[in-house]
Amino acid sequence: MNLNRIKHIVVKEFIHIMRDKPSLAIAFVMPVMMLLLFGYAVTTDINNINLVVLDQDMTSGSRALVQAFQNSNYYVVTQYETSYAGVKSDIDTGSAKAGLIIPHGYADKLARGEQSPVQIVIDGSDPTVARTVFNSAQLLGQEKSTELRLASLEKTGLALKIPGGIDLRPRVWYNPEMTSLRFNIPGLIGLVLQNITIILTAFALVRERERGTLEQLIVTPVKPRELIVGKLVPYIVIAFFDVALVLAIGVFWFNVPVAGSTVLLLALSALFLLTALGLGMFISTVAKTQLQAMQMAIAILLPSVLLSGFMFPREAMPKLVYLLGYLMPLTYFIDILRGIILKGLTLYQLWGDVAPLTVFGISIIALSSLRFRKRLD
Amino acid sequence: MEWAIEVRDLSKVFDRYTAVERLSFKVPAGKIFGFLGPNGSGKSTTIRMLCGIMRPSSGTGTVMGHDIVTDPEKIKQNIGYMSQKFSLYEDLTVEENLNFFGGIYGLKKQELAQRRDEVLETALLGAKRKSLAGILSGGWKQRLALGCAIIHKPPLLILDEPTAGVDPVSRRVFWDILRGLSSRGFTILVTTHYMDEAEHCDLVAIMYQGVLEGFGSPAELKQHWNEATLENVFIAMVQTHRSLSEEASV
Repeated sequence: MNLNRIKHIVVKEFIHIMRDKPSLAIAFVMPVMMLLLFGYAVTTDINNINLVVLDQDMTSGSRALVQAFQNSNYYVVTQYETSYAGVKSDIDTGSAKAGLIIPHGYADKLARGEQSPVQIVIDGSDPTVARTVFNSAQLLGQEKSTELRLASLEKTGLALKIPGGIDLRPRVWYNPEMTSLRFNIPGLIGLVLQNITIILTAFALVRERERGTLEQLIVTPVKPRELIVGKLVPYIVIAFFDVALVLAIGVFWFNVPVAGSTVLLLALSALFLLTALGLGMFISTVAKTQLQAMQMAIAILLPSVLLSGFMFPREAMPKLVYLLGYLMPLTYFIDILRGIILKGLTLYQLWGDVAPLTVFGISIIALSSLRFRKRLD
Repeated sequence: MEWAIEVRDLSKVFDRYTAVERLSFKVPAGKIFGFLGPNGSGKSTTIRMLCGIMRPSSGTGTVMGHDIVTDPEKIKQNIGYMSQKFSLYEDLTVEENLNFFGGIYGLKKQELAQRRDEVLETALLGAKRKSLAGILSGGWKQRLALGCAIIHKPPLLILDEPTAGVDPVSRRVFWDILRGLSSRGFTILVTTHYMDEAEHCDLVAIMYQGVLEGFGSPAELKQHWNEATLENVFIAMVQTHRSLSEEASV
């Protein structure tokens, strides 16, 4: 290994990146854009559901029920209708996601101590929204009923004899407000790191072949390993910069602090980086043009987004799909990231993810180097 | 060193055909050596073996005293190679290209700066030292490719069709530079399809279908074939072969 030679390759590679707008965009704009997109757009926390109300009762009792829905923060009453057809039209056009129908005589029945039916109509096309409406409406109904029962019992003077029942006290750990942002940011660091490294390294190596400059390099004294190291160093630097950038935005802008050791986080990021570099190199040994490299990169990136547990919980997947997730290095890294950032886990606790990731990294780097050398000869 | 290139019985056999068959010749140092032959005659294969990037099937050879089979790394340091594709980095400037190749050949900072300035002068590149290689015209790109090949002062230059697709004026300028280099002691191996260029060589080899058909100074070859120009020698030689092979197939 000749350090002077490697230095010149690194300098040249940095010049390529600085003068190539797409590379610059992938390296510095994409991570921020992805973070903002996932931070703001992709959220599974549902509130402010548009609610249409058909109040046929028009009493203080029915208005109190509507108010209870409003106060829950799950709903915003956007329209009042006077007919069932009006409710249907609002839900059909999507201006409301749920309809609350309070029939005539609602308050009277309650006053008489009878059960009083109330209908909630749900737009079930988005199951996540529908489920939230379903659960929250049921909860609201139960609360309201309990309240009414207590009130009537108090009136009759029997309140002291209510049986105790179970008092379930939930405590949510790691992410007490249960915001999806806190869950998404750690995974996003992994995704950004993977995408940038794989795409940029695959491009950098394929470009050299596509433009015919590799042929020139072969007749120079440069050794394959010097070329590989020299070409990869700039992308390692950029990838680490991106990790720091995404982490900083996560901590300072989105308020997702790192519960565990930042040093451990960076060290294990380096381990994952090796794997991603190896994958990028592997693509470059197969692809002949940059277009092919892009297609292959997407063929690796897309399944990793779906199967790694980045967005969808792996536990809910069918067994086979769940097992396929173990073939993605990102799966282990996202586990590690969430473990350190949310739970503050230590290396010892993360061993089950670190070991397979190490095996992955070493194998893919070894395989790619072998293939890369063969293609040079 | 007496001989810049010396090969004996050099052959290269691929799966189905023989690309180069028992090639033997010697090129003295300091000469311009023209390597001629139609496409597919085995020139490029021979050049690859001389550069140390392809192992011959049989035979031996030395380039600048280094064995082409056992010492390819030494050869790479001692030759400058330029192909007709002018493999330059188009998004790097003239200077940056020279810096990169100088660095690859192991030149250190001060030496590199000095050599770069010399090459900018030799290859007439000074006026566009800060221009991106991609926006240069064909003649400038060609001279920059040459500049990158001589940045480390290699005793032997190997140029594979360096003037293909370049205008006549640029070709003339390029050959003036080559003669200048030759007079300063560089040995130059050049392949070309332009017979007027071949006339400028000190020594010429003509290959046809993997076999060396003629070797000598342009004057000797013309005398031997009894033709007025090298172009006629070349055509006469190819035609003789064609009629022979037609007879054989009848």
